Amino acid sequence: MKTLLIILISSSIVNNVVLSQFLGLCPFLGVSKKTETAAGMGGAVIFVITIASFVTSVIYKFILGPTGLDYLQTIVFILVIAALVQFVEMFLRKNVPSLYKSLGVFLPLITTNCAVLGVALNNVSDGYNVLESVVNGFATAVGFTIAIVIMAGIREKIEYNDIPGPFKGSAIVLVTAGLMAMAFFGFSGVI
Amino acid sequence: MNKITERLYNGIIKENPTFILMLGMCPTLAVTTSAINGLGMGLSSTVVLALSNLIISALRNIIPDRVRMPAFIVVVASFVTIVQFLVQGFVPSLYASLGIYIPLIVVNCIILGRAESYASKNPPIPSLFDGIGMGLGFTMSLTIIGLVREILGAGQAFGKQILPLADASTGQAGYTPISIFVLAPGAFFVLSILVAVMNVVRKKSEEKGKPLPAAQGCLGEGCQGCGFASMCSGKSMEEIQATTEKSEKE
Repeated sequence: MKTLLIILISSSIVNNVVLSQFLGLCPFLGVSKKTETAAGMGGAVIFVITIASFVTSVIYKFILGPTGLDYLQTIVFILVIAALVQFVEMFLRKNVPSLYKSLGVFLPLITTNCAVLGVALNNVSDGYNVLESVVNGFATAVGFTIAIVIMAGIREKIEYNDIPGPFKGSAIVLVTAGLMAMAFFGFSGVI
Repeated sequence: MNKITERLYNGIIKENPTFILMLGMCPTLAVTTSAINGLGMGLSSTVVLALSNLIISALRNIIPDRVRMPAFIVVVASFVTIVQFLVQGFVPSLYASLGIYIPLIVVNCIILGRAESYASKNPPIPSLFDGIGMGLGFTMSLTIIGLVREILGAGQAFGKQILPLADASTGQAGYTPISIFVLAPGAFFVLSILVAVMNVVRKKSEEKGKPLPAAQGCLGEGCQGCGFASMCSGKSMEEIQATTEKSEKE
């Protein structure tokens, strides 16, 4: 229980996936103009990463590991994740239309998101078991959601500010991200 | 021969993936804590880019159009795995400092972007040199960014102390490293200054009547390299839903 709690806090806040590992930067910069869109993206990422961590970790533990094929992990993981996202999208559209309505549009955006593959590879390199992997995946995705929602909130305010010409657009967003990264640095003493 | 030099020039200068096209920002931010790391990451990506471009271009008439993305990903992932083991075996210190970012070359949008936009439409030899050119452009940019961060953040260049450090105990004057530049926040600041400088350069060259190629990555107007460009780039929920529904009807 204690290990799980430590994984939860460390992956969501201390080693934030966007602000200290630079994974999932594309959606972080691209889908953070409005808070509600950012929250939707965050929800979809939580959903996909949690399922993907479970599936990849089961595949690694019970198929790749015992057969000594663990050197194929990168190829297998990327294909499994791409197929899984497609499958989840089809499943939600058919069976859970209400959830599909709020998350579905973001699912195709996540297929090539490096955070999903990054979490799967981290789970292997850190030697997590299946339960720890799922918790790590969930926590990482929560960290992503926290970062993107805060960023969207700040960007809505930035719209009204007078920004020097060359910094308009993505440059000021990166400065904001840098300041957020500094703030999150303060958590590094927590664990 | 002309074609080959043109491809190399195009990749290194004219359409430099980092400075001009603004692609592959994840590794650019993550590994440029020192010039050596930037160089190592750049060269690993170059090998993957050149070989996957060659193979994809050679197979371009065999791969059915519908399944081309998964096919490209398998080719790229195979080369990434090979490069990963070579780096692990021959340069273990680099492998330790790059860690997870070597397997993540698979999802680097430069590689799939080049496969989609160049290698799948052109013969193998130009594609190979397109990959080498793009890769060298990426390597050069990562090394320069890494060098800037290393000098500001530690007073070092390629691991050698070039600025003598101040020492408070002996009262010796010298350089006090701004260590935030080798930490995570520094990466964002360096990149933001780079984007701002490029905005100025872009405007100047437009005034001269020679506009630079548009940025394609997530820092540009959209993510043309990404394939989901029409959906993404900060639209509201309703707009995204409308786009998806429209594309489904078609």
